[in-house]
Amino acid sequence: MTASDAGPTMVLVLAVAVLVGCGVILLLERSLTRILLGVILLGNGVNLLILLGGRSGGAPVVGTGPVDEMSDPLPQAMVLTAIVITFGFTAFLLAVAYRSWYLTGDDEVPDDLEDRQIIRRAGRNEAGAVDHGGEGPNGDPEQVDPEPARRRLRRGRGDGPR
Amino acid sequence: MSRLLPLPVVVPLLGAALTLLLATRPRVQRAVSVLCLTVTFTVAVVLLVQAYRHGPVVLAIGGWPPPVGIVLVADQLAALMLVVSSAVTLCVLLYSIGQGRSETSESAPVVIFHPTYLVLTAGVTNAFLAGDLFNLFVGFEILLAASFVLITLGGTETRIRTGSTYVVVSILSSMIFLAAVGLVYAATGTLNLAQLAQRLDDLPDNVRLALQLMLLLAFAIKAAVFPLSAWLPDSYPTAPAPVTAVFAGLLTKVGVYAIIRTETLLFPGGQVDGLLMVVAGLTMVVGILGAVAQSDMKRLFSFTLVSHIGYMIFGVALSTAAGLAGAIFYVVHHITIQTTLFLVAGLVEERAGSTDLRRLGGLARMAPLLGVLFFVPAMNLAGVPPFSGFLGKLGLLQAGVAAGGALPATLVAAGTLTSLLTLYVASRVWNIAFWRAPRIAATEPAVRLPTLMVGATVALVAFGLTLTVLAGPLFDVTADAATDLLSRTPYVRAVLPGGTP
Repeated sequence: MTASDAGPTMVLVLAVAVLVGCGVILLLERSLTRILLGVILLGNGVNLLILLGGRSGGAPVVGTGPVDEMSDPLPQAMVLTAIVITFGFTAFLLAVAYRSWYLTGDDEVPDDLEDRQIIRRAGRNEAGAVDHGGEGPNGDPEQVDPEPARRRLRRGRGDGPR
Repeated sequence: MSRLLPLPVVVPLLGAALTLLLATRPRVQRAVSVLCLTVTFTVAVVLLVQAYRHGPVVLAIGGWPPPVGIVLVADQLAALMLVVSSAVTLCVLLYSIGQGRSETSESAPVVIFHPTYLVLTAGVTNAFLAGDLFNLFVGFEILLAASFVLITLGGTETRIRTGSTYVVVSILSSMIFLAAVGLVYAATGTLNLAQLAQRLDDLPDNVRLALQLMLLLAFAIKAAVFPLSAWLPDSYPTAPAPVTAVFAGLLTKVGVYAIIRTETLLFPGGQVDGLLMVVAGLTMVVGILGAVAQSDMKRLFSFTLVSHIGYMIFGVALSTAAGLAGAIFYVVHHITIQTTLFLVAGLVEERAGSTDLRRLGGLARMAPLLGVLFFVPAMNLAGVPPFSGFLGKLGLLQAGVAAGGALPATLVAAGTLTSLLTLYVASRVWNIAFWRAPRIAATEPAVRLPTLMVGATVALVAFGLTLTVLAGPLFDVTADAATDLLSRTPYVRAVLPGGTP
C-alpha cells in the first residue's frame, strides 16, 4: 500500500472535475444531442474516477514483479464493464435523438403534457373539470328515471368479459 | 441447494437469446418465455423455503472465495422479492401474450418484446441476488437497458418524447450510482457487501455519511422518492399496458430494495433517518395530491405509485424491526396491487378505447367482471380492511406509533391522510369510469376481451387476495427477514464463514 499513500495525481483529479462539470452543464440543455454529449463527458469522468480509486503501480500480472508494487486490477476490470455500459447507453440515446429528429424535425425535449395543460389553464384562469362532466342528478338520466337502467343491465350482461 | 442460485438470472438470459433466435416463430417464442419464467418462479419459491428454514443461501460464482469473487446471496428479503417479482412477471407475460393475440389491439407487442422482457427479468433478479455492490450496479444496468427498449417500443412520437426523459434520468442516476461505487471502493478497498458492512463501520463518520447520501441519491431516483420522482408519471403511462404494469410493479421496488439493503447492511445506525422520514412524508402527500388532480387512469395510478413508495421509505426510516417488517410486507403487497391496477387500466383501454376519465363511464354495467377486477385491487390499495393494503399500512402505522416522537407521529398522520386520499381517488375512478352513465367512448361496439388477458389479471387479483389470507405467515417471514437484516450477522456470516479476511 506504499504507492497509494500519495493518492492520485492532482491532474487526474482535475480532469475528473472538469469532465463531470462540463457533463452536468450539458445535461441541463434542452437538445438531446447536447444531453448526449453531456452523458458521454459525465460517463468518462465517472470512469476515470473509478480508476483513481485503486492503487497505481506496475502491470498486475503475476510473475512480472513484486505483488506490493502492482497496480490494483479490480478498478480496471470494473471500469471496462462501466465503459461498455456507457457505450451502450450512448448508442441508445443517439438512436432516440435521431428518432426524435426523424419524427418531429427537432431533437429538443419538449415540456411534458401536464405542464403545458397547467400553463394553458392558468392562462385562462380555470380549474380542471374532469369530475363535473355529466355528474349530478340532472346529468345522469338514470337517477331521475330508474326504468332504462334495468333494461340496460340485462342487455349489458351479454357482452361482459366472460 | 446453492447451485440453484444462478438459475433466476441465467435462465431468463438464455431464454432471451433463444427467443431472439426464434423471432420468426412467435408460438415457440411465447412457449420459451413462459417456460423460462415458470422455472424462475419455481426456483425462487425453493430458495425462499430454503432461506427461511436454513438461513441465507450463498454461492460464490466460479468458485472464487467471497471477498475476491462475486457472490450471489439469497437471504429471506432477497428470496421473498424474487418470489413476488417472478410471479408478477409471469402473470404480466401471459397478459401480454393475450394482448398480442387480440385483434383490436393497436399496441400489440412486437417481436423484440419477448427477448427484452426476459432480459429485464434477468436484471431484476440479478439486482435482488447481488451480494456485491458492483454486481448490483450491473443488475440495475441490465434492467435499465431492457426498460429503455420497452418504454420506447414502436418508436412513436409520444413514446420517444416521454422515453427520452426516462432514459436521461435513468442514465444520470446510474452515473451517480457508479460514482458512489467508485468512491466506496476507494474508501474501503472492497465492494463485497458483507465485507463492506465491516469496513464501512471503521470509516470516519463524515466520509461514511457522504457515501451513504450518494448511494441514497442514486437509489431514490430509481425508487421515485419525492423530490426525485417527477420523471415517473411523465414516462410510464405512454408505454404499452403490460410494460407499464411491470415497470410500476418492479422497477421502483428494485430501488426500494436497494435502499433497504444499504440502509440495514451497510449503514446501520440511522444517521439519515430524519431525512428519510421527511422525504417519505412528502412523497406520500405530494404524490397522492398529484393523483387527485389527474384525469387519466394510467397517470393517476402512476401518482399513487409514487405516493405509496413513501410508506416503504417510512418503514425503512424507522429502523426498528417492526418498521422494517412492515416496509417489506408493504413492498410485497404494493408490487402485486400496483401491477394489477395497471393491467386493469390496460383492460379498460382495450374495452373502452381510452383510459381518459372524461371519456369513460358505465363500465360496471357493460363489463361487470372488469368492475370487480378494478374494485378489489383499488380498495386493497386504499387500505380498506380486510385487504393486505390495510394490514401493511396498519403494521407500518403501529410501528410508527411504537417508535414515538414528533416526526414519526407526523408521519403516521401523513400516512393516514394518504390512505384516505387514496380511497378518495379510487372511489373517484370507480364513480366516473364504472358507475356513471355510459359515455361516448364506451358506446363503441363491444369488444371481447382476450381470455388470457382477463385470466392473467384474475390470477394477479387472486394473488393479491392470497396475500391477504396468508398475511399472518407472510408477516412472520418479513418479521424474521427484518430481524436478520437489523442484526446483520446472519448475512455476513453466511457470505464470509471464516470471518473477516
